[in-house]
Amino acid sequence: MTQAQLQPSGEHLSHHPHSEERRWQDYFTFSTDHKVIGIQYLVTGFLFYLVGGALATAIRTELATPAPDFVDPRLYNSLFTLHGTIMIFLWIVPAGAGFANYLLPLMIGARDMAFPRLNAVAFWIIPPTGILLISSFFFDPAQAGWTSYPPLSVTASQVGEAIWIMSVLLLGTSSILGGINFLVTLWKMRVPSMRLNQMPLFCWAMLSTSLLAVIATPVLAGALILLAFDLLIGTTFFNPTGGGDPVVYQHLFWFYSHPAVYIMVLPFFGVMSEVIPVHSRKPIFGYAAIAYSSLAISFLGLIVWAHHMFTSGTPGWLRMFFMITTMIIAVPTGIKIFGWLATMWGGKIRLNSPMLFAMGFISTFVVGGLSGVMLASVPFDIHVHDTYFVVAHLHYVLFGGSMFGIYTAIYHWFPKMTGRMINEPWGIVHFILTYFGFNLTFLPMHVLGLQGMPRRVAMYDPQFANINFICTIGSYILAVSTIPFLINAVWSWTRGTKAEDNPWQALGFEWLTSSPPSIENFEVLPVLTVGVYDYGMSDLSEVESRSSVEVKYPVGPDNEPVSATSDSQSK
Amino acid sequence: MNIPSTISTLLIGIVLTLLSLWYGQNHGLMPIAASDEANQVDDLFDTMMIIATGLFLIVQGTLIFCAFYFRKRKGDNTDGPGLHGNVPLEILWTAIPAAIVVWISIYSFEIYNTLGGVDPMTAGDMHAMHSPKSHRGAAIAAPLETMPSDSRQIALGVGASPLNQGKSAELEVNVTGLQYAWIFNYPDSGITTGELHLPVGQEIQVNLSANDVIHAFWVPQLRLKQDAIPGRTAQLRFTLNRVGEYPLRCAELCGSYHGSMITKLIAHTPEDYQNWVQSQQIASQPNNSKALALNPTNLSDSQFLAPYAQEMGIDTQLVSEMHHSHH
Repeated sequence: MTQAQLQPSGEHLSHHPHSEERRWQDYFTFSTDHKVIGIQYLVTGFLFYLVGGALATAIRTELATPAPDFVDPRLYNSLFTLHGTIMIFLWIVPAGAGFANYLLPLMIGARDMAFPRLNAVAFWIIPPTGILLISSFFFDPAQAGWTSYPPLSVTASQVGEAIWIMSVLLLGTSSILGGINFLVTLWKMRVPSMRLNQMPLFCWAMLSTSLLAVIATPVLAGALILLAFDLLIGTTFFNPTGGGDPVVYQHLFWFYSHPAVYIMVLPFFGVMSEVIPVHSRKPIFGYAAIAYSSLAISFLGLIVWAHHMFTSGTPGWLRMFFMITTMIIAVPTGIKIFGWLATMWGGKIRLNSPMLFAMGFISTFVVGGLSGVMLASVPFDIHVHDTYFVVAHLHYVLFGGSMFGIYTAIYHWFPKMTGRMINEPWGIVHFILTYFGFNLTFLPMHVLGLQGMPRRVAMYDPQFANINFICTIGSYILAVSTIPFLINAVWSWTRGTKAEDNPWQALGFEWLTSSPPSIENFEVLPVLTVGVYDYGMSDLSEVESRSSVEVKYPVGPDNEPVSATSDSQSK
Repeated sequence: MNIPSTISTLLIGIVLTLLSLWYGQNHGLMPIAASDEANQVDDLFDTMMIIATGLFLIVQGTLIFCAFYFRKRKGDNTDGPGLHGNVPLEILWTAIPAAIVVWISIYSFEIYNTLGGVDPMTAGDMHAMHSPKSHRGAAIAAPLETMPSDSRQIALGVGASPLNQGKSAELEVNVTGLQYAWIFNYPDSGITTGELHLPVGQEIQVNLSANDVIHAFWVPQLRLKQDAIPGRTAQLRFTLNRVGEYPLRCAELCGSYHGSMITKLIAHTPEDYQNWVQSQQIASQPNNSKALALNPTNLSDSQFLAPYAQEMGIDTQLVSEMHHSHH
């Protein structure tokens, strides 16, 4: 099966795409091109990742020994507060939005996002906000953790906390604007030949993610505005001495922040569903199940928030409800993981760097998923809540899920984004260092938590010294692992070998256009004649007979089916 | 794809099951269990470890198997089979995890109920706790008592086990968390300490409150944890079954010195406990201690706490910092 069956047709553009080569300066402008914005998101996010990673390395250096000898405990609290905030709001969420920006219009055959200027606004909120947040280090940075629970958050550091609230509010705004844009784009901008249940699974994942962002983020904004009143004006929404209740903040906060976990990881579930079929040369196994499980995760994600509060102000009977809903999330997640494994089973797997990172994603996400089911069990959660077991779990799902997902996506779409191939052997070196560094850092943390080490402490019992030292070594390996990637990415972007339009022989629409795509994406709008996952379907009649991949010829005068294809797309 | 049922699959399944069963019961990951409740939590954890080990091995094994067995051979540029799905298989792998999580939920509920987590209301105890008492913790607890108390609040924490519901615990201790120390007050004997001394074999109830920010009471060997939230009260009920000294930590971020907010739970035999109570009562006679002879309500927090600072393992500077920070 080759690209020839994805026939471009109709609607020739009036301009000449090849006359408008993109220059590097374009990435520093207020461009409204979704591809420029996508790359802006990704590069900005990666820079913040390096900052967040530096903070993480400082945290681990402090924890290499039991005594608080590297930084003082006050600064330590600021380090992990900003580490968490930067990683979540300035790296993972923007990275997901970056890929969505770049890929969604290409995947559905659109020329741009539904609201290109809104898109630019959503991005340009991020860099100044990030700089604002990091600048709080010059004052008195927030110290109450990324959860910022009152009353501590309103007493620990006023200026830093105010900056923190402002930054998170702005980043949440950016996320809402992006979410609205993705939803409208997916709903309204698909080529007529692509029905909802023929969309690539990354689009389904972004649909679910955007729904969550649009529903849940305003609640966080509400919580933060009330917190700002408590902090700056002296109201007592969350202050018990004035009749407030700190537990109310926790409910509001987690109503956003639990779904946020899925806002962070769902896009990369989508990435897996794109990358694994291409490099296994097999159709995705159970398309509908994987697509709807994203929606199921979105819905369930909204009704599990109190599992973060099992040891807080949650009555016993309510804990039972949240235990059951949390447990059930394992089912749609399991459907996805088994679907990916079945996609690989019997395939012709190319073990290149995107595939290795995808397998690394599954391998680590399973660990986080299993500890997640354990944490859902109330009696066990009571023991390990707020310990390193939770730190290990959240890094397996969030850091493993995002970082392996982001690298998978970068290695997979690098040729499309830059027009150059990324160096393969260095990609494999990068993978090995990352995978071992990651597991060495976070696997032992499960033991620390079970044995009794609480999280967010700069000093700990000497009995935990050896395991902590192992984690610290692992974190250094993880820090070093970014170096081959950085060099590889920069070098390949500027001097790598030129990439073909479709180096992986993939079937998605994004591979139909040139690498990198011209400004208007497609010279002629593509028509979906073969499903985007129909690898190994050698016979078109066989394709036609399948109900899940109906061959739809386009409707409307502009989209008459045309059998001719351009040379670059036939093989 | 058929659901595989060959001999080799069966053998792999048996080996996996045996490995999981063995590891789930021999992981040695939990600290010593010092209460009956802790043993039950450990049983639950072992069960979950058995299941988790099995699933972990299946997924990682499949990944490694695919990486070797299904990798692309040199020169082979064809695609794999165009297989889109298999509905029975998909139903199977949806139903099995669903059954597992429902079963774990029910099992967890059982354990939680036996621990006393589902004890819905203990309003009587709550009320008793809120009534102002002239015990020596009064000066420290003062900010709490200015807060509006609501005796109709639902009890938070882990209450009486079904066997003991309606009965009050044999020993009650009021626990107050403040930056960065725990204060333990024994209403029966009027003792106030910075370390928690308890007898084994008796049902104990700790009533948790916090003066400034949220703290969390955690003894890993009891597998119990509960936040102490300003303006609310919470409780934990448990029965110790092993004499020893266990760390008692704050588990909720409470400020710069959160990591040093640690003291001891000392589990005595009932006789030793009685001796300890008597020695404390003698030591706190007005004649024997000038510092304590003063009326505590006339002292600032740091002055009041100074004699206890040594005992609690916190330095006096920290106590005075605390005085400034929690207003």
